[in-house]
Amino acid sequence: MQRIVVERAGGAPVTRRAHVGAVASGNLEVLCEPPAGAGARITVETSVDGYEPIWRATLERFLERNPIAAAIEINDFGATPAMVSLRLEQALELAR
Amino acid sequence: MPVLGSRWNSGAVDKAERLSAIAFALSGKVLNAARLVDVLELLIRPGDRVCLEGDNQKQADFLSRGLAAVDPGIVHDVHLVISVLGRPEHIDLFERGIARRVDFSFSGPQSLRLAQLVDDGRVEIGAIHTYLELFGRYFVDLTPKVALVAADAADAAGNLYTGANTEETPAIVEATAFRNGIVIAQVNELVDELPRVDIPGSWIDAVVVADRPYAIEPLFTRDPAEIDDVTILMAMLAIRGVYEVHRVKRLNHGIGFDTAAIELLLPTYAEELGLRDEICTHWALNPHPTLIPAIESGWVKSVHCFGGELGMERYIAARPDIFFTGPDGSLRSNRAFAQMAGLYATDLFIGSTLQLDRDANSSTATRGRIAGFGGAPNMGSDPHGRRHASEPWLALARADDGIARGRKLVVQLVETFRSSGVPTFVERLDAADMAGKAGLAIAPVMIYGDDVTHVVTEEGVAYLYKADNVDDRRAALAAIAGVTPVGMERRPELTNVLRAAGVVAYPEDLGVRPSDARRSLLAATSMADLVRWSGDLYDPPARFRSW
Repeated sequence: MQRIVVERAGGAPVTRRAHVGAVASGNLEVLCEPPAGAGARITVETSVDGYEPIWRATLERFLERNPIAAAIEINDFGATPAMVSLRLEQALELAR
Repeated sequence: MPVLGSRWNSGAVDKAERLSAIAFALSGKVLNAARLVDVLELLIRPGDRVCLEGDNQKQADFLSRGLAAVDPGIVHDVHLVISVLGRPEHIDLFERGIARRVDFSFSGPQSLRLAQLVDDGRVEIGAIHTYLELFGRYFVDLTPKVALVAADAADAAGNLYTGANTEETPAIVEATAFRNGIVIAQVNELVDELPRVDIPGSWIDAVVVADRPYAIEPLFTRDPAEIDDVTILMAMLAIRGVYEVHRVKRLNHGIGFDTAAIELLLPTYAEELGLRDEICTHWALNPHPTLIPAIESGWVKSVHCFGGELGMERYIAARPDIFFTGPDGSLRSNRAFAQMAGLYATDLFIGSTLQLDRDANSSTATRGRIAGFGGAPNMGSDPHGRRHASEPWLALARADDGIARGRKLVVQLVETFRSSGVPTFVERLDAADMAGKAGLAIAPVMIYGDDVTHVVTEEGVAYLYKADNVDDRRAALAAIAGVTPVGMERRPELTNVLRAAGVVAYPEDLGVRPSDARRSLLAATSMADLVRWSGDLYDPPARFRSW
């Protein structure tokens, strides 16, 4: 298990809670909700250790594309970066 | 009429001698199965070139098991020519010293053992071929002395019925029979009257009834239940960014879930886009079960097949307007002709791979395995020469000087990472370091980057054929390569320039919303759905049934 946190200042807050995906092999769940403070904070719990740079690059690119303020929790079970990005987009679609 | 024994006819003399040596086991053309090993020991001489019919679908496994049982003191140093080294006994031939040299195309399941034998110096690899190249060489400098093939049935005259799984039998038999080689066919049964004749009996020297039906793999069956949202997103991008843009009508799909997803989106997503009759009408394709919904929805005009597919027989027989079928109603496949069609008659090949470098060179060879490629290097190439100017082919012409020719679309469809931590886009292919170790003259590259016109990932489409120079080409690939080592070289300002020039397209440029990518878009989400679409004519193998 590894825990990774990525934060970014500013951005428009999401308005609703959203939950997509599931914790299953090669998949992940994403919980997205309005932020407690300002800015975005993404917390990842992943079952696969050792890929922190890939996680950081994936999450930073997501926040670059979508300058939001939100509290996002990710529970990962070996998803690919493509699946991570897609679930984030799906969660954001519901939370905006 | 040539005279036996003349100096121009040594092949016929040799053949007559060998056949007389095995006459004791023959009754007419029917060989006594119990004497198979004795016959092979008398028939095959050290150093002979022997073709064993074995491809990624059907395998002449009764004959290959027989060959692996001969005494290596009698039969040794055979030069094996074979499409797919797929069965354990193929490798046993080298371990036992029966065979010494091999020319082949693909070794999927045996790729680890083969690499080990090469390391141990027990096998010499002539070359790793494509199917067409190997078939071509059967007619030039790799003509078999003995061919061991498989058929569904034979009659007493040696006529063969190969049915849905005709595949490469005609190519092997023609090359051998017309050069005074000896052809033995294993058959599932002997019958008085064949449903149709696929190979004439005068080309066949002996038929033998096998102990069990020839081995065959349902290689092209993909369970829709395993298609995930990312794969669906990539399929949406391929449909809008490649098929719709170029009006791709004549095509081949690789094996894999990525292209299966495209097939399952035709009657739903592509239908809503109004693309029926505009794309995907004529196919060079194995009988993919995932194409059933598109066929049933009226999307498909014709399908010519490389081989058969287990479980699809009844469905195909009931759709003779779509598939190539014989007067008996069953499919006639032919790998050589389908490969030829893929080279010269299709607008597009699309398939997946395990590794792509920054120049879009692609390979499925990874460390410790010598796997080969089968047909993909031919399907995934532009044969460059003259061909008919279909609309998509012509649209890729670069110059407008009155002479310019077009290009076949060669598309690689890949997710940026194969699994968490394993990037598809790499700085150097594993294949680049493998040639020396395996004693190969060239690296096992599957598709050369200069033939690749488009790359599609979950991030978008790179129109590589539009890039003006190698730097732009690499930048276009980096722009859709995600957070892989290649993708981390992305420069946002250059990406914007390339997007404006149409060299790179992101989902929003193509009208695709990633959050729309959901399994509910698939025309079928399970094997049971495919069976329903087929009107219960499709009969999936047991391993694909959950009911």
